[in-house]
Amino acid sequence: MQADFFARKRKNSLGFFGILVAITVGAIVITEYDIVKGFESLPRAVTWALGNFYPTQESLVKFPDILSSLIETLLVSIAATSIGAVFALFFAIMGSNTTRVNAFFGSISRVIATLFRNIDVAAWALILLFSFGQSSLTGYFALFFGSFGFLTRAFVETIDEVSGGSVEALRATGANYASIIFQSVIPSSVPQMLSWVLFMIETNIRSATLIGLLTGSGIGFTFNLYYKSLNYDIASLVVVTIIVSILLIESISNYVRRVIL
Amino acid sequence: MTLLEVNHVSKQFGNETKALSDVNFSVSEGEFVSIIGPSGAGKSTLLRCINRMIDASNGEIIFDNMNVMNLKKKELKMVRTKIGMIFQHYNLVNRLSVIENTLHGNLGKKSTIAGALGLYSQEEKEQAVKILSTLGLDEHIYKRADQLSGGQKQRVGIARALIQNPRMMLCDEPIASLDPNSAKVIMDHLRNISTTMGITVLVNLHQVDVALKYSDRVIGINHGQVVFNGTPKDITKDDIQRIYGSEAEDLIFDIGGIHAS
Repeated sequence: MQADFFARKRKNSLGFFGILVAITVGAIVITEYDIVKGFESLPRAVTWALGNFYPTQESLVKFPDILSSLIETLLVSIAATSIGAVFALFFAIMGSNTTRVNAFFGSISRVIATLFRNIDVAAWALILLFSFGQSSLTGYFALFFGSFGFLTRAFVETIDEVSGGSVEALRATGANYASIIFQSVIPSSVPQMLSWVLFMIETNIRSATLIGLLTGSGIGFTFNLYYKSLNYDIASLVVVTIIVSILLIESISNYVRRVIL
Repeated sequence: MTLLEVNHVSKQFGNETKALSDVNFSVSEGEFVSIIGPSGAGKSTLLRCINRMIDASNGEIIFDNMNVMNLKKKELKMVRTKIGMIFQHYNLVNRLSVIENTLHGNLGKKSTIAGALGLYSQEEKEQAVKILSTLGLDEHIYKRADQLSGGQKQRVGIARALIQNPRMMLCDEPIASLDPNSAKVIMDHLRNISTTMGITVLVNLHQVDVALKYSDRVIGINHGQVVFNGTPKDITKDDIQRIYGSEAEDLIFDIGGIHAS
């Protein structure tokens, strides 16, 4: 009996591993991917990058331009995230099982949030390109929709996890809905929610760079411009600037998180 | 005078599980009543049906001459302000201070705006301080709730219930997560509340010896039915066996010890 149990467990993991290998091999065959050639080209790519892709003295002239488009990207990301968070808070309160007004509105707000979450930010950018054309507004709305969907989900889980007990206690005292939300749910979940918002800002700054390529705005566009015109030195300066700013923002948000949690 | 009357109350979850079936008992003003029974017997459900945190399926619950089951939302909130409730896991807002948690007991009497903003009068604050000091929490008034020990948290829970100025207290496993010393402190406070303030206390308990020691009356529940209702003196080995099922041999020895002392 016991031996059976362990044998079955071993067989299951072996089976799972086998399927994984089969899928990988299948994918390689179908796409006609040459593994050896793939790995062989790596050193050459590195050599090329070292030979061409580095900032030079002359590229520094463009630094102020790069900085201003970087700031635009940063601000758009932060604005999209914070406005998204406000909407997400409302939908999360409506959608959480602990705080929803009734089951009907609960499922509606969850469905809306799921819809927005499951469409990728890049997909949103492509969809919105039709309405707003190539402008930073398109990027802003793409990030806003993506953050809204993700944050709603994260907030719902925070509310359910953190405030179940105290919500019950306040309901038992006869407190009204607004009191319960503002005296129990929000004070309990604010630190975790802020932490999610910071995470979302970080993620959005990364996505904003990519979305800039699509929407023709921000730092992504700047990179594309110089890269396509073969100004690799300036393009690499853009990359360095992005990396530095992402590291900087990550350390800032880690610090804030340490203080509030 | 009868304060609470429970007549033919049943509660069904879904189609299969019957949590309570035809429960009948009444509680007089100022009485200290314990409800004992094995886990899953329906003790918590019964307690929550009384202030309608859970809606009973059938029967009537008369509290202070009002049928709780027919009340509209507003009237229900009114009734809840007269019933304090304390919980096994204290259900405090951990990130708020002891005094704020205590004042939460008054939210049931507040307007939407005053409740949401947490506006309390000077008298309310003074009363909170007074209650906290009778419970021995003078030094902890401005501490955050998550800095307290389990026993201290439960005393904050009691303070939150007392500030409501309740007619009755519902206590759901108040000492199940506490060490014996803290448990004794909590039970002594509850007994004291009943004796000196004349507040009716209804307690769910796991510990038979505690129930017999502190209560005016004991109600035994098994499989959602009342199988014993009488004073601690009247309880016999057979009753204990009926409440806890056939494996109660070890318990019986304890009961003998209690009766002897």
